[in-house]
Amino acid sequence: MAKRIDVSHLNVYYSNFLAVEDVTLAVEPKAVTAFIGPSGCGKSTVLRTLNRMHEVTPGARIEGKIMLDHEDIYGADIDPVNVRSTIGMVFQKPNPFPTMSIYGNVVAGIKLKKRTKRSELDDVVEASLRGANLWEEVKDRLDRPGSVLSGGQQQRLCIARAIAIQPQVLLMDEPCSALDPISTLAIEELIHELKQRYTIVIVTHNMQQAARVSDTTAFFNIAGTGKPGKLIEMNTTANIFSSPTEKATEDYISGRFG
Amino acid sequence: MAILDRTISDDELHNLLSQRKLPRWTTLATCATAIAGSALLSFISPVSGVAGTAVFAFLLFIVLQTGLSFAVEGKRYAIDRLATTLLLSALTAALVPLVSILLTVLVRGLNAFNANFLTSTMRNVSPRRPGGGILHALIGTLEQVAIAAAIGIPLGILAAVYLVEYGNRSRLARTISFFVDVMTGIPSIVAGLFVYTGFILTLGLQRSGLAAGISLSILMIPVVVRSTEEMLRLVPRDLREASYALGVPKYRTILRVVIPSASTGIITGAMLAVARVTGETAPLLLTTFLTQSINTNPFNGPQASLPTYVWDQISSGTTASIDRAWAGALTLILLVMILNLSARLIARASRVK
Ligand SMILES: Nc1ncnc2c1ncn2[C@@H]1O[C@H](COP(=O)(O)OP(=O)(O)OP(=O)(O)O)[C@@H](O)[C@H]1O
Ligand SMILES: [Mg+2]
Repeated sequence: MAKRIDVSHLNVYYSNFLAVEDVTLAVEPKAVTAFIGPSGCGKSTVLRTLNRMHEVTPGARIEGKIMLDHEDIYGADIDPVNVRSTIGMVFQKPNPFPTMSIYGNVVAGIKLKKRTKRSELDDVVEASLRGANLWEEVKDRLDRPGSVLSGGQQQRLCIARAIAIQPQVLLMDEPCSALDPISTLAIEELIHELKQRYTIVIVTHNMQQAARVSDTTAFFNIAGTGKPGKLIEMNTTANIFSSPTEKATEDYISGRFG
Repeated sequence: MAILDRTISDDELHNLLSQRKLPRWTTLATCATAIAGSALLSFISPVSGVAGTAVFAFLLFIVLQTGLSFAVEGKRYAIDRLATTLLLSALTAALVPLVSILLTVLVRGLNAFNANFLTSTMRNVSPRRPGGGILHALIGTLEQVAIAAAIGIPLGILAAVYLVEYGNRSRLARTISFFVDVMTGIPSIVAGLFVYTGFILTLGLQRSGLAAGISLSILMIPVVVRSTEEMLRLVPRDLREASYALGVPKYRTILRVVIPSASTGIITGAMLAVARVTGETAPLLLTTFLTQSINTNPFNGPQASLPTYVWDQISSGTTASIDRAWAGALTLILLVMILNLSARLIARASRVK
């Protein structure tokens, strides 16, 4: 069920500024791919092009090709709205909709798209919250606003919200950077479970986290301010961390740089 | 958990992602069909006249486009196209009177509008004769609006700061808020009457540019308060907290963080208020009346102004004076436009790039 993503020769521009240059990589299905690299090297930028989220930034555009299995997601007959409901996203800062209840947040993606029967919704809410390991904590207060939850719970709520629309791929941009170690652990365990069913791409600044959760790691780097970010090296996580081929990768993961 | 498991084949994935779209030329084709259809119909039906045919063509276009889109692209796009068409029509409908007014004022105003018109006054000019100018009124309006802005904008901003930052929905804040709303609705002549009875009759202030400025500021205050209040409320709490956490006192937080963050909106609101009062006539007639020559001193004696100038020229009723009235209206519109543009430029220049 989960799909693979193939990126080839991707350039991303913000207006005239080339932010990312010539990225070619493959994201394997039912596995976790981690993007690491110093700040500003374009990890978030690449991630957002994977579900066409960059298109909401005025002036942002890409060159190159991104395939989801056999579908070119930038093809002429492809609708970006549909792409985003197939490739879900979780952001760095937990962002539950403040005016909606916990229940409302989980069904937001479904209800804002089409009408669904209440009983069906109930099932989806329970399944999604269980999927995000949050059900036990919130099942008695589904009608409370999402903002009453702790930061880690809010982030899991956002994950529940993202999986409720049954995506094929889940993109996460530093999902734990605003969380405490316990919540981080909870999310990492969740990622382990989710990868049985989804293709996952995660951006992280935490080397240990990349080592713990990912199967494949891609290292991005930037030559200097104003220069475009590039993919330096991509390999199985074990290889990247034990025997990187590039000097820059080794420096970065050993903390000598960045 | 099974609910969330969705295995999909390549074909399903394609259906999921793709969206059949009508080629671009269909819009034009539908448009042409609708016009042709409605023209045809105008021969055989009671619907007649250009207006009737146009309305019918429009309705036909909407039906055709929505139907076609629904059949080919599905519900979401059909609704999208319908809504887009309706929005664009609403926009056009709103723009037609605006453009028409601007064009009329421009065309008729240009009869008398020239350099001489901007640099001379009506002193010793007979209403019947062409010539004369508007300089005295321009000076008067600029001074009166400047006085109004100098009183109204600070008062309005301070009131809004009180309401948002200090009022905390107290009884006083709610009362002020209520009366600000009420003030938005008072007819401008009431503001004029207030200054006339309160300042001129009771306190013995002269009829002057100052009195006019005060009455205009009364009209400005509610607009400034409302817009500033909305903008201040939009400033996120995090930002205030970030500043407090640096040990910055509350008043400096408001001055250095909150107000600058909201400045674009505040300036826009203030400009709207200025634009609103620049064209007011009624309160000026009560508070400064008018003269035909330059009075640069706003604290002493009657002053001319653009709206009263237009009013005066129209009341004279001769061809020459009506031409001058149109030219005066044109000057007024240009003035508001220039004020507006300069405020926008200032706002843009002060923003961090
Ligand atoms: N909306 C934008 N407009 C213009 N430039 C942008 C925009 N977003 C990002 N950039 C630029 O693109 C480059 C890559 O940014 P990006 O956010 O992808 O970096 P990142 O690797 O995610 O960094 P971090 O680890 O700090 O999140 C940076 O130079 C940044 O300044
Ligand atoms: Mg980032």
